[in-house]
Amino acid sequence: MQFGIFTVGDVTTDPTTGRTPTEHERIKAMVAIALKAEEVGLDVFASGEHHNPPFVPSSPTTMLGYIAARTERIILSTSTTLITTNDPVKIAEDFAMLQHLADGRVDVMMGRGNTGPVYPWFGKDIRQGVELALENYNLLHRLWREDYVDWQGRFRTPLQGFQSTPRPLDDVPPFVWHGSIRTPEIAEQAAFYGDGFFANNIFWPKEHFMRLIGLYRQRFEHYGHGRADQAIVGLGGQAFIRKNSQDAVTEFRPYFDNAPVYGHGPSLEDFTRQTPLTVGSPQEVIDRYASMRDSFGDYQRQLFLMDHAGLPLKTVLEQLDILGEEVVPVLRRELAVNRPETVPDAPTHAARVAEALSSSAEESEEGARV
Amino acid sequence: MSERRIVVVTAGLSTPSSSRLLADRLSSAVVADLAARDVTAVVTTIELREYARDLMDNLITGFPSLRLESMLADVAAADGLVVVSPIFSTSYSGLFKTFIDVLDPQALAGVPVLIGANAGTARHSLAIDYAIRPLFAYLHADAVPTGVFAASSDWGDAGGDAVRPLQERIDRAAEELGDAVARRTPRPTPVDPFDPASFGGGSSMGNMIGGLSGV
Repeated sequence: MQFGIFTVGDVTTDPTTGRTPTEHERIKAMVAIALKAEEVGLDVFASGEHHNPPFVPSSPTTMLGYIAARTERIILSTSTTLITTNDPVKIAEDFAMLQHLADGRVDVMMGRGNTGPVYPWFGKDIRQGVELALENYNLLHRLWREDYVDWQGRFRTPLQGFQSTPRPLDDVPPFVWHGSIRTPEIAEQAAFYGDGFFANNIFWPKEHFMRLIGLYRQRFEHYGHGRADQAIVGLGGQAFIRKNSQDAVTEFRPYFDNAPVYGHGPSLEDFTRQTPLTVGSPQEVIDRYASMRDSFGDYQRQLFLMDHAGLPLKTVLEQLDILGEEVVPVLRRELAVNRPETVPDAPTHAARVAEALSSSAEESEEGARV
Repeated sequence: MSERRIVVVTAGLSTPSSSRLLADRLSSAVVADLAARDVTAVVTTIELREYARDLMDNLITGFPSLRLESMLADVAAADGLVVVSPIFSTSYSGLFKTFIDVLDPQALAGVPVLIGANAGTARHSLAIDYAIRPLFAYLHADAVPTGVFAASSDWGDAGGDAVRPLQERIDRAAEELGDAVARRTPRPTPVDPFDPASFGGGSSMGNMIGGLSGV
């Protein structure tokens, strides 16, 4: 089981002080947050991709490359990489390069993008969002696995004998998660390739994501990648933690009430009831997230949104201390209890290289027998 | 005897409201008309007032609460819809429009709709045709020709509108809706897009990527 954080990289005014960080401060803060995530023992740092204010992370691989140089252990990922408006050739190259520089500590989450205008900014048509996601990923998947690719599709220029460089590290491409909030086609896509499926989870009631993940698991089995309970599932989450529950609520409320996504809408109480947002003591967060598998089955990755809505860096770093020291270790223990051995671990580069070696050894053994 | 689902949506703000009063008159006339055609109507009546906060929260967060989601699913499954909005500032009320705004734009395609409205005076009576009817045209709903507008004075005496009393207009509209509903086969129970069964027998990914062979 992997635990980590995912950031949207929003530049938001702190409602309690009226101060807005500069883009430069926010970018440096995101790096500090990533380093802290490794320091407190988290497994994953993931950055969003956005191309409009108030968000800063337009170039995730640049940021993750820098973080890779300053960390040893943490897995670097995205949340998400826009498979619709980025050229799949460029994604193949960028992430293979990052994979080499980070010695394999890289995976990637595909998504379609969260704002309509991003499509025309990159010369694409939002009405073809799902088709773009399907075709582009199909090409990306091949570019990472085939040395020379002949390809023709609807959305980009054809390729003849094209090789993307560098080739993936150890010939094992970055593990891919497909992120979705509401699109069954994306669950189907993840299942088809036997890739991971990440349910953002944080903005909608869990019943919705239970259906989406249920679909992914059943289709994963249908396509012969394993049993439904062996599919690779990631979940988003959101927490604000203080020793005393009421302190957490009091401190977080102004940030919640003015947050870009849900501020001035539902009450904190309604929203925490309807979604996985948990504001309270470490034990409350543990209880809430230990129960996720009752709804979604045993899963592989839990990411938390911790650094948004104008929370100052100092507060975020304190949150990560609490998360890493008091919450995640207990969750690791609790989620390991009664976890069937047949449920796979979260993917890592090392494990996937070992798997690739053993399956190619099997193949050559079979070849020798013939 | 066949069966149809009729959903009545009323956007009145007070309790009791004249919108609800009109909605109830319309819905019983529709039930009676369908019964005469040997069709049983199962009626669900929705007071938007009770969903006011859920509707606004949905606009802001992008997702419906569970109770709102279930209400929207009822609307999307209707064989016929009766809607009633009070007229504010020459048009449908904001509450009514908010409901339309969170509704799936495809939900009412081809669905027969009876439009009702009410206001203090008969001077607003055209609002049905210049404001509400275009909304349902946009949704590709099949609004019946007669819209029923009730001014306060319509409730005052049996005569009301001297040309056509309210009940006569209600009956006429109900007959149009009843006819439209009865002519159609009942709508199938909506397919859950997240039900693995709806993805068919395994060729779906190949279909989705337009003939590409995939891996």
